[in-house]
Amino acid sequence: MSAGIPDPAAPLTPTGNLRRRQVFSKMTEYSATIAAVIAVAVLVIVVFSVIQRGASALSLDFVFTAAPTGIGPELLGTAVIVGLGMVIAMPLGVLIALFLTEYAGNRAAGPIRLTLDLMNGIPSIIIGLFIFGLLVDHKQQSGLAGSVGLAIIMLPLIARGSQEVLLLVPSSIREASDALGVARWRSVLGIIVPSALGGIVTATVLAVARAAGETAPLIFASSLGDPSKFSLNPLEALPNVPVRIFTLSEEGNPEGFAQAWGMSLVLISLILFASLGARALLARSKRKMAG
Amino acid sequence: MSTPAAPPALQNPRAARARSRRKKADRIGDRLLFGICLAAAILAIAVIVLIGYEVVNGAGPAISKFGLGFLVHQDWQPNFKIFGAGSLLFGTVVTSTFALLLGAPIAISIGLYLSLLAPAGVRGIVSPLVEMLAAIPSVILGFWGVLVLAPFVHEHMEPWLHGAFGFIPIFGSPETTGASIFTASLILTIMVIPIIASISRDLFLAVPRDLQDGASALGATRWEVVRGVVLPSTSSGVVAASLLGLGRALGEAIAVSQVVGAGSAIQTSLFKTGDTLAARIANQFPGTGPGLYQSSLFYLGVILLVIGLISNLVAQWIGRRFSYEGAVAR
Repeated sequence: MSAGIPDPAAPLTPTGNLRRRQVFSKMTEYSATIAAVIAVAVLVIVVFSVIQRGASALSLDFVFTAAPTGIGPELLGTAVIVGLGMVIAMPLGVLIALFLTEYAGNRAAGPIRLTLDLMNGIPSIIIGLFIFGLLVDHKQQSGLAGSVGLAIIMLPLIARGSQEVLLLVPSSIREASDALGVARWRSVLGIIVPSALGGIVTATVLAVARAAGETAPLIFASSLGDPSKFSLNPLEALPNVPVRIFTLSEEGNPEGFAQAWGMSLVLISLILFASLGARALLARSKRKMAG
Repeated sequence: MSTPAAPPALQNPRAARARSRRKKADRIGDRLLFGICLAAAILAIAVIVLIGYEVVNGAGPAISKFGLGFLVHQDWQPNFKIFGAGSLLFGTVVTSTFALLLGAPIAISIGLYLSLLAPAGVRGIVSPLVEMLAAIPSVILGFWGVLVLAPFVHEHMEPWLHGAFGFIPIFGSPETTGASIFTASLILTIMVIPIIASISRDLFLAVPRDLQDGASALGATRWEVVRGVVLPSTSSGVVAASLLGLGRALGEAIAVSQVVGAGSAIQTSLFKTGDTLAARIANQFPGTGPGLYQSSLFYLGVILLVIGLISNLVAQWIGRRFSYEGAVAR
């Protein structure tokens, strides 16, 4: 009888089974934390190696002159190709987002959302094959063909991102504008799009940052550009940064490696700054609209 | 003042005309904007269809020459016009599966950490950093893979794994360079992690607080809350996220072609060279002219497109069919 009564003075610490469960729980917590540390560490290691090896190549000459000393034409070519791609993809993406949020019912929106998701999932190398078959085969390589390829990559990102912010526009604004008898198109173009503009722009910047590093479509569309002369003409093959890094990395020549590290540093810093900035802006504008 | 005056527009014929003009403009404007939006949406669908058509069209000659046997034949000898995707299919499946097996648990843990464990300040920093990992261009990751990761793998990881687990045939003896299926899988793991991590973080954040608190109140430890409440209610979404990651790994061409070593035989050891469908296209397409060679590369594209679309569609289907909201609605 007396053995069953616990000692009232014993400290309240878990024992036996409970203790085992708590230890196991703590261990899983630690391993989750370690997983996060691993991911951040990989990012830091990659970025650090690029900075460490690329910084020595970096100089004003490197950025602004043509081959063999610099990468000016590649940077210009990438800017032209990505810029044209954005000009193609942004209006289409916003229009699709408008269709999804303002016009389509559930039945029409379903297939289009699925299309966007599938388009987002298509491997970029397939988009390269497509561009080759459609625009390059029997003709010649061109920066424009590359832009179309990148536009296909950007389109679902822009459309999905714009749709998200358009959905955040309060319905009271739409109702108020309807109640005043404002025509639909006027309220869409005059009120709804402007109030979501910040989000649309950041979605576009994120898409551009993603597309700027895409190599696969450009191997097919614009890999024969001449890196020793500056060109703005999108109807001929333009030299560009990703393809150049790719070819230099395949060549296995140490000088080429140094140049490729330098280009990687320039490209990675442009992309990381653009996407970090856009993300910060997006978070802010979402908070503003939601609050 | 007791009777309200009629609006000025009704009295003034000019204003009335202007108003009807405006109404007409509005009708046209409404139709026009709707039409343009609809056209853009249809264009997106058309592009998808056209992509399928172009790729299959390019593959036409190879499909009629080799048929489905292409999928199992392993020979790839452009000089003799013999092509088969067997070893490439094998390489694709092995690298992607490896990446998923290693990456998914890490990514889901990261999702759990970011949604349930991390203090708000840390989450605000680590979340974007994990997403930054996805923003690194694949060509740079591949370049880093060749020059930094591959030597490390070759000098440290391969001897160690061979020494510790050499009795399993997949950990064979190290080769002359670090370019291997194993290195390619590690690169793919790095690419897969941010995708799965950010989706699963969002899923876990959406699990109602009440359910978790209820489980805690019943005496569940943190792990038991995760195991009993969080994971079961989001499992379908996590599977869908993993499939999306798999799709990304299957289709990655550039980075893989840089580190995989372009071998063309099926090997048991992970440390030997191999090749994947996408990497083979990226590697060999630029050097081909029209003909059976090019068409065979298009055929690889068809296989890749079919696998990619299937994994994507299944992910969408699982995500919608078994989603948490759906379970609640039922």
